[in-house]
Amino acid sequence: MKNIENFQELIDSARSNKKITLVFQELECSMLEKEITELRKIMSKHLNTMKAAIKQGLETCQLSESGMSGTDSSKIFQRYQQSEKLPCNMLFGKIISYALATMEENQRMGKVVACPTAGSCGIVPAVITAYAEEMGISVEKQIDAMFTAGGIGKIVAQRMPLAGAVAGCQAECGVAGAMAAAAIVDMLDGNNSQIINAAALALKNIMGLACDPIAGLVEVPCIKRNSFLGIHAVAASEMALAGIESFVPIDEIIDAMIQIGNLMSPVIKESSEGGLAVTKTALELNKKLENLWDYQVS
Amino acid sequence: MKYISILDIIGPSMIGPSSSHTAGAVRLGLLARNIYGSKPGWVKFTLYNSFAKTGKGHGTDKALIAGILGFNVDDPRIRNSYEYAKNESIQIEFAAEDDPLRHPNAVDFTFYNEASMFISGKSLGAGEVEIDNIKGFKASIRGDLHTIFIIHKDKPGMLSRVTEFIQEANLNIATLLCERNEKGKEAAMTICLDSVPSEDLINSIQNISGVYIVRSIDVLKK
Repeated sequence: MKNIENFQELIDSARSNKKITLVFQELECSMLEKEITELRKIMSKHLNTMKAAIKQGLETCQLSESGMSGTDSSKIFQRYQQSEKLPCNMLFGKIISYALATMEENQRMGKVVACPTAGSCGIVPAVITAYAEEMGISVEKQIDAMFTAGGIGKIVAQRMPLAGAVAGCQAECGVAGAMAAAAIVDMLDGNNSQIINAAALALKNIMGLACDPIAGLVEVPCIKRNSFLGIHAVAASEMALAGIESFVPIDEIIDAMIQIGNLMSPVIKESSEGGLAVTKTALELNKKLENLWDYQVS
Repeated sequence: MKYISILDIIGPSMIGPSSSHTAGAVRLGLLARNIYGSKPGWVKFTLYNSFAKTGKGHGTDKALIAGILGFNVDDPRIRNSYEYAKNESIQIEFAAEDDPLRHPNAVDFTFYNEASMFISGKSLGAGEVEIDNIKGFKASIRGDLHTIFIIHKDKPGMLSRVTEFIQEANLNIATLLCERNEKGKEAAMTICLDSVPSEDLINSIQNISGVYIVRSIDVLKK
């Protein structure tokens, strides 16, 4: 089997109504020379690690090393446990709190699964777990959705490195949002075109996002951003499931993302030399951390 | 071009918070310990640039120590690696430098015990790493292929003697890097192989006259 280089090739390989997740699973078997049961076992293990991180994150309120994060996921989760009349349903509450929980756990040196990076590791687990619980999705279908999400990420990664330092946060949380949107459509039995359109809509509406983390840590704004991108994925998937299509095909959207990534200034590409990282609050924190942490830059 | 797998996108399972500053640091520690070849009594880590500035917040220090102890990227013991090092009587020291000529995520290891060894490496992003200097010799060890690293006397015939043993073992050489510091003094070879070298092969190379140090460096777990 030949590698799938771009989304047009994916659409072509899935033409005879073959499910996208199966196309990806067969491709991985062929390229990695492994049995499908073995690959699904690895993915199932990742899924369990993701869920354990969510659980651990919700139960723990310990602050991170920098003191900037660690207590928010339980706040939002409790709002949905206690309040009776809420404007959003439990699905939304879970997505927001699960993404925060995973990212807070990550910042506390907990065990997570990079998806596609550690700084964007909360988005896909949050939507898969929240939909599974609220919509009654089987574990096997969740694993299928992970292959769909991973495949979308893989095709983007073949065109551009999924690194904030290269193309800003659109390449990390942005791509994770597209992966999550595709996973949702897959879990809800959307067709191939809807899966690809969900990813396209999600990507198209997150381009140019700065990567400007305070003190260079995967913390502010990364942790809360994961929740926002989870909800972003819901919007994209709902549009796609309703038959709304991206006017620009996804391969061309990636062309645009690459161009925008190149146009973005290096100060907002993970160098912490611009944006939020140089606000008054951030600079004050930098000073505090310098005094707090024992080995200092000479 | 290297095939990008779905398992590169979803995964690895790792202790957070950063694939470059935490998981990458563990992997650098693992490679460095493997190259040093035995349990050190004392290790000094010099962190550069972003590693130095953001290391504490990313647990880079704990991750490097964890690698030296042989822990994997998803081992929860990484969080308490200082204590584990203490229990194994390994002394730890950290220094930080700002050097624009070095990679943003560079680290120098200095190992001491009966033998001392200086090793440098860098974390390239997404958990990918490279050991680029061993005892002053240029190297390129990324943990993706089985690697033999040799320091030997700079004299005629060394390369052919080493490769003869590799050929006899029927192993394919993927890449080969040779370098010397001074004519007639010491030289180094980094040989990446497509399969695992046997202990016998390593011993045969060790016994070649003029070979000072041989190390067999394992592939890092994905």
